[in-house]
Amino acid sequence: MIYNVPYIAVVALVLIGLYAIVFKRNLIKIVIGILLIENGVNLFLITLAFRQDSTAPIYHGTGSRLMSLPVPHALTLTSIVIGVAVLALMLSLVIHIFRHYGTLDARKIGREEE
Amino acid sequence: MIGMSKIVRTITSAVFPFVMIYGLYVIAHGHLTPGGGFQGGAVVASSLAMILVAYGSVWVVGRIKEKHLSILESLGAIGFIGLGFLGIILVLFYSSYEGSFFKNFLIGQNTIPIFNEIGKGLSNINTAGVLPLMNFAVGLKVIAGLFVIVLVMAYATRVKEGK
Amino acid sequence: MSLEQFIDSLIQHSPALIVAIPLIGAFLTPLIGKINDKVRNGFVIFIVLFTSFIVFLLANDIYSDWGKIHTYVFGGTTALTEGGFAIRILFEVDGMNIFMAIIASILAIAGVIYSWAFMKENTGLDKYYTLLLLMIAGMFGMILTGDMFNFFVFLEITSIASCALIAFWTNKGKSVDAGFKYIVISAIGALFVLFAVAILYGQYNALNMAVLASKIQFSFLDKIALVLLITGLAMKAGIVPMHMWLPDAYGRAPASVTLILIGATQASLYAALRMMFTVYGGKLTTTMNQIAGVNIDLNLLLGIIIVGLALLTIFIGVLMALKENDFKRMIAYAAVAEIGYMILAIGAALTTVFSDTGAATGYMSLKGGIFHILNDALDVGLLFLVAGAIYYATKETSLNRLGGLARNMKYTTIFFLIGLLAVAGMPPMNGFASKLIIYESTYQVNPILAIIAILASILLLAVFVKVFHSAFLGPKLPKYDKVKEVPKSMLLAMGIIACIIIFIGLFPDLVVNNIVEPAVNALTNHSSYITTVTGGI
Repeated sequence: MIYNVPYIAVVALVLIGLYAIVFKRNLIKIVIGILLIENGVNLFLITLAFRQDSTAPIYHGTGSRLMSLPVPHALTLTSIVIGVAVLALMLSLVIHIFRHYGTLDARKIGREEE
Repeated sequence: MIGMSKIVRTITSAVFPFVMIYGLYVIAHGHLTPGGGFQGGAVVASSLAMILVAYGSVWVVGRIKEKHLSILESLGAIGFIGLGFLGIILVLFYSSYEGSFFKNFLIGQNTIPIFNEIGKGLSNINTAGVLPLMNFAVGLKVIAGLFVIVLVMAYATRVKEGK
Repeated sequence: MSLEQFIDSLIQHSPALIVAIPLIGAFLTPLIGKINDKVRNGFVIFIVLFTSFIVFLLANDIYSDWGKIHTYVFGGTTALTEGGFAIRILFEVDGMNIFMAIIASILAIAGVIYSWAFMKENTGLDKYYTLLLLMIAGMFGMILTGDMFNFFVFLEITSIASCALIAFWTNKGKSVDAGFKYIVISAIGALFVLFAVAILYGQYNALNMAVLASKIQFSFLDKIALVLLITGLAMKAGIVPMHMWLPDAYGRAPASVTLILIGATQASLYAALRMMFTVYGGKLTTTMNQIAGVNIDLNLLLGIIIVGLALLTIFIGVLMALKENDFKRMIAYAAVAEIGYMILAIGAALTTVFSDTGAATGYMSLKGGIFHILNDALDVGLLFLVAGAIYYATKETSLNRLGGLARNMKYTTIFFLIGLLAVAGMPPMNGFASKLIIYESTYQVNPILAIIAILASILLLAVFVKVFHSAFLGPKLPKYDKVKEVPKSMLLAMGIIACIIIFIGLFPDLVVNNIVEPAVNALTNHSSYITTVTGGI
């Protein structure tokens, strides 16, 4: 049972992130919701790499032990880099929106008449 | 963004070289220990962000132009893709060469004596072929890219004097 | 090295070159832009033309044999490493991939030529061309890849680059708002896709599409992965009820960006097809008996759900287009309805192509759906280019204030007429050919589907005739006295697409037999896709 706790944490993170995106009105809270979903998926990728009694997948040159899988670590690293790029883009768009409209409420932007 | 007090500025100037050397160490040993291009680049960029917070964005923008950083970023990216293309183009120089894109052409050969051994263990940095060169290219791009993002955001949202 | 050997090695390395040449062009553009503006524009056009030339060489090679598949491994020679792990990145090109790549290269050429004159007075054009080449590279990568995680990386590259381009006119608040909506929906869709890839990797220890297709058993976790994959990719393709970003993003972006964005949305639709027909291909006929004791086949259930969504999409697209006043938003809603047509044909195909009696109907319906992908991209693209030309000439987007432009802009009027006839499905344009196949095949599945599709076509014709009358015909307004025809490069781009539309309309047989049939054959024949990589294991 103790080995199922990370999976429960993943589902909890994804559901809380989805709740924040759908029901909150402040733009910064929507951005935080996307980050929560992304952290949940990264945690899921790393949890898949674990084997019981394993150590980090680095060669020491002294004997051999059971090592956890190295491929999901590379996938998680790529996903974190993509997350940083998306976050930088979203925050610069939020700065532009605030400078143009003066408010961060999602129901009041983008509705003016031309 | 206004800078901080004199104590903060002095300690930042003292700590800044150590953090940068640690970041460059992480980039350079990416094929032996955990680390590599993005992780080391993020450490160096955070040390540059520390300078930005301590001295204020107006001071830093007066000394570092954004277009020089943009050129550095392009050079890093071109280096990375160029190393990938060299896997195909080397067939023009060595006629018995069969390659594909991103092939590791430096490992296990003796004509170019850089990074060409195969070994196990943390003490042999002369291994793993093209990977350390790609780590340097990616590290350069990440340093320039992350620092430019933080610098432009800080400069664009500064509070004007007298407000 | 002789010319023969050079062309042979170009074809052998072509899947990697198609993605790598726009990528290195994108990073060289800021350095070349410091010399001159015209040199940079010429460099960008040269890179896109060279990439399209390699695409056509590869297409020629694949169409020479029936059912030929071209694979390319990055950084090695075999697809599996020495221990038998399937983690090397593999590009696998068959008839369906090269069909989408041809569409993408036509759209890319037209978009880049159009933006020479359209964006001339804007600043920051260095970054515009860099992002445009990055988006083209990401689009080609999404289409040609054969590896699940590699597909996710290219999906994110395309969506980040296109979001920055949609919000290009940052002085207008509406464009930035459209970009924000687009990146939120794109990020959620891509994260769902990554979740599904992680589930599949955790079960089968393989990231390669072909190896995964050979190992898959349809357990409960696989069902969750299928739902997450289709939902994530449908968010990016603009299917109702996740279409909210489409009118804003298509309507407020610069017109050349919209043209290439159409290619990116079609690529997400192609990826959904690839997942359903190839990765889950062997299990599409399993009988599921968990729904209240009723036995139902998987392909029947998927087909019914997709047909339901398609009817909803067609309805909402056409009805919202009727009430719009803004030129580009109306065309965007028409684009939503056209995506509904494609999915209608594919859903109808899913229900019948695996059964014994209706296999011919399913095959024909799949042909109609895939042919409509090509036609819709060209038709809607031409309409968006015309809307951009009118905005360039008059700085006006609302239909209430336009009028009588046919006297000053003759060529633009002709192009709009061609696009109107093509979208509504009138002969002799290409829309007629593909819509006729869709009507015939869906009539045999269920007559109501064909009747609804024909009604929606008639409504679309009504919408566009109204637009044509109010924007081009009518009395001449005094404030549009000095409006001139648009510059030559924009006319050239519109002319290229119009010529291809008329050519496909006059000779549909040629196109269907040579280009669409290999694509349909590659989709339904998933076993040859698998054995090319695993070598018969």
